[in-house]
Amino acid sequence: MGAHDEGRPVDTPAAAGEAVSPERRSEQAWARSGRHLRVGGAREGALNLNVEGRDVTGPLQGFGRLWQKTFRVPLEGVALSPGAVVDVWKREFPSFQPPGNRFYPSLTGIAPGEVVLINARTPAGTISTGVMVLYADDESFTLMTPEGHPESGWVTFSATLEDDTVVVQVQTMARANDPIYELVYRVMASRTQDRIWSHVVGALAERLGVTPRVEVTRTLVDPRVQWRRAGNIRHNAQILTVLYVLGAPFRWRRRRRA
Amino acid sequence: MHQPKTDIGVRDFDARVGVIAIGGEITSASEEALMSAYAEANQAAPAGLILDFREMAYMNSSGIGLLVTLLIRANRQGQRIFAVGLNDHYRQIFELTRLDEAIHLCADESQARAEIG
Repeated sequence: MGAHDEGRPVDTPAAAGEAVSPERRSEQAWARSGRHLRVGGAREGALNLNVEGRDVTGPLQGFGRLWQKTFRVPLEGVALSPGAVVDVWKREFPSFQPPGNRFYPSLTGIAPGEVVLINARTPAGTISTGVMVLYADDESFTLMTPEGHPESGWVTFSATLEDDTVVVQVQTMARANDPIYELVYRVMASRTQDRIWSHVVGALAERLGVTPRVEVTRTLVDPRVQWRRAGNIRHNAQILTVLYVLGAPFRWRRRRRA
Repeated sequence: MHQPKTDIGVRDFDARVGVIAIGGEITSASEEALMSAYAEANQAAPAGLILDFREMAYMNSSGIGLLVTLLIRANRQGQRIFAVGLNDHYRQIFELTRLDEAIHLCADESQARAEIG
């Protein structure tokens, strides 16, 4: 989409929805699925582990400290509406990820209730997990994590108009999902995660022709860890993915014998 | 552009119960109104807080995030939170987001008051 070069505001699907009642808007925007994830449909090239049948987990179900982090970039000089910007974000979502992070949306894309598979490289190897699209309207969308994901919570991608400038934002509200993730987050992964979201919001800005200047704010919402959630470790997608990869030769031999 | 209108206020508070009426549209723009209402309702440090959603027209995911922040603050003070007046749609959203594990969903205010005791 070369809308940035066109130099004029672009109408979005939101414009057609202005007369829709709040109740109807809400029903269209929120996922209607249950809390058990169903992947559905093949995702070419994706390793599909640790998602099917898992429950989603919010900021209350994780183990570690609860952080709210915000990553913002003002799109100065971009003549797009917030809706048009979010439309680009949804349609090209996997392309804004840093190298090593691969996102596999369904054919439907970023839409309420859809599951996006994630294969990512980490210092411990590969991790296969995913997220569910919890909420999506014309100017924002929110992804929610499943059991076993490094974080327990959600992340919201949005665009708003502030003083005639569209500001794009990624806001996370999440805890590390289990004690191992929390330990790794305190040592290094929290900064890694921050770099990922800075990259995502910056890549979108670059896509729209803006040199990104990412503003980051971090708020510790709850400094306590939730020891009653320590058992979440049984779902740890990093451990289970590593075990799956290590078991590949044995599965191969078993298949050959069969 | 659509301008969300939030209408949040404290209807009642004492040492036992604080009631916050949540109306209009609840989005990230509602943060100041919600937290001010909580501060007002919390003056008497009630044992329980009732959030009355009967007049709520719309809530997006940022609105749900505000409720999480409110819940954490209340829990830190040992307060329990109850929600009344949610329609079926928003009850389903509370269940999906698993807020229902920490915010007690009640049929009406009298039931919530009875549970607070």
